[in-house]
Amino acid sequence: MSAPKSEGPLTFGLMAEFSDPDVLVTKAQQAYDAGYRKMDAYSPFPIHGLAEAIGMKRSWVPYIVLLAAIAGGIGGFLLQYWVSVIAYPINIAGRPLNTWPAFMVVTFETTILSAGVIGFLSMMILNNLPMPYHPVFNVPRFEQASNDKFFLCIMESDPKFDLTETRTFLEGLDPDGVYEVEQDDDNVYK
Amino acid sequence: MQVGQTDKTSVVEFPVVEPGHTYRSIGEKISNVVLNIHTPLGWVFAFGTGSILLMMYLISVAYLFAYGVGVWGINIPVGWGFAIVTFVWWIGIGHAGTLISAILFLLRQDWRTSINRFAEAMTLFAVVCAGLYPILHLGRPWLFYWLLPYPNTFGLWPQFRSALAWDVFAVSTYGTISAVFWFTGLIPDLAGMRDRAKHPMLKFIFGGLAMGWRGSARHWNNHQKLYLLLAAIATPLVVSVHTVVSFDFAIGQLPGWHTTVFPPYFVAGAVFSGFAMVVTLLIPIRKIYHLEDMITLRHFDVMGKVILTTGLIVAYGYITEAFIGWYGGSQYELFLIKNRFVGPYAPYVFGLIFCNLVAPQLLWFKPLRTNLTVMFILSLVINTGMWLERFMIVIISLTADFLPSSWALFVATPWDWSLLIGSIGLFLVLLFLFVRTLPMISVFEMQELLHKQEHGH
Repeated sequence: MSAPKSEGPLTFGLMAEFSDPDVLVTKAQQAYDAGYRKMDAYSPFPIHGLAEAIGMKRSWVPYIVLLAAIAGGIGGFLLQYWVSVIAYPINIAGRPLNTWPAFMVVTFETTILSAGVIGFLSMMILNNLPMPYHPVFNVPRFEQASNDKFFLCIMESDPKFDLTETRTFLEGLDPDGVYEVEQDDDNVYK
Repeated sequence: MQVGQTDKTSVVEFPVVEPGHTYRSIGEKISNVVLNIHTPLGWVFAFGTGSILLMMYLISVAYLFAYGVGVWGINIPVGWGFAIVTFVWWIGIGHAGTLISAILFLLRQDWRTSINRFAEAMTLFAVVCAGLYPILHLGRPWLFYWLLPYPNTFGLWPQFRSALAWDVFAVSTYGTISAVFWFTGLIPDLAGMRDRAKHPMLKFIFGGLAMGWRGSARHWNNHQKLYLLLAAIATPLVVSVHTVVSFDFAIGQLPGWHTTVFPPYFVAGAVFSGFAMVVTLLIPIRKIYHLEDMITLRHFDVMGKVILTTGLIVAYGYITEAFIGWYGGSQYELFLIKNRFVGPYAPYVFGLIFCNLVAPQLLWFKPLRTNLTVMFILSLVINTGMWLERFMIVIISLTADFLPSSWALFVATPWDWSLLIGSIGLFLVLLFLFVRTLPMISVFEMQELLHKQEHGH
């Protein structure tokens, strides 16, 4: 917690409210075309094309899940190999110790388990969750972001951000309302 | 915002969502089930019944722990009694949840949206009921962790060539992935509950569970990728679980167990009983909470078709078993088939044939598929039949194997029955607690469905 830069609450950004998902995509695209980069859009349900409209890159989740699956599979097999061949070999009438076909079931299960659990954790980490406090929650109308309203927020950290100019820009998008998002301290929220 | 109009060109007669819903009305209707202070009488009745049965379960478990597995009817040669029969039955019931949430998601079946959350919860609780059975059956259940590979002072490790070790991994992975999948879908709805709740305490609890979900484009971007991938990995998983359970039998050499048709036939049977259980539960819950506009007759029509299809696959499994018993020429297999039909447990086998083969044929007819009384009774009949099927496979096979000198009958004791009926109580209590405390229909997916229906993409 560092001291505030100026008197009064700091600004996190400006937020515009819309009431239609497709309008939000169009307006977000317009904001991107106008040169804004540091922004985010909020909706109660996933909207196709919204992330692309604000220039968001492809999610890392699939690559992480793939790596986790491979690691889980190899790890699961090596565990069984180590247990059955090295740590606790059981000689039954001279049959081979590395009975790999019998190990496939557990190898499959550890592949899935690792992919699912690490995939979930990667989603949480990439989304910076859990995050109990976030400045956008300071906007009273934001409660509707999980109901039937759609929000576009341009952040103060954007180089092009200017309190009056950006406000005029957002008001030009014909929103239902434009709100200033206050921030209690100058921690950097994404 | 009119949605769900009947499409003249399609064969679909009933909409997935009744017309007249908006994003807001969907969210409010679903969260009101939880946020409404008034608890419907139907819920109290179901939860109360469940609690009574749960008490019976707890008493049975306490008695079992005090006196050991000898309180059951198991002995040599039938060492796998009701515990394994019911374990397989519950695991099978769980399958519908993952099938609905994962496979039907990949196949883009819109109708899954209003029942997937509920079915996934049902899966989780069925896996809980199932998973407890082998542990109770261990004899020394407090040492259940010996099943897992961990470094210990005995220097012992599990035998990875054993189907029972595979089972541990299959069931625990299934339980974990089902929970992850369910919770991943739940996070955005928990945020919705946080925002709709009025009471500060509820806001705090739901806010904590939602972990700060804001529904931002970045959140959705990662969330939707994960959801798709979880569906993709849960699809082979759901097929594998009952396959591995069937290996417990198929790997053995006992007549009636040693059969290659087991994996597909077990999976089909699992889906068959799972969908029947979804029907059993959804009919009263839909009525109690007036969800007729979200869980429509379309759902029951489609589920009826799934039950019929998987029922026919199960029937094919029975016929194959009987045919191979005769065609294989092994006297032990042939005796087993005869023993099923004219032996001491013949009433069970004929009951099973009626429940699983004859009764589901009613589902060929659409008026019966959309008649909820018929569907409800039929779903109970089917699940009874599936329990009898597992009884036939596990117990009849064990009573009479290769050597007549080692034959013996299995007679269930009252403790066998009380644990079986009690486990239904455990299931009901968990399920109705879920219905009362968490959104049982996925709000964000219903809103997304509405958006798609309005815009045709």
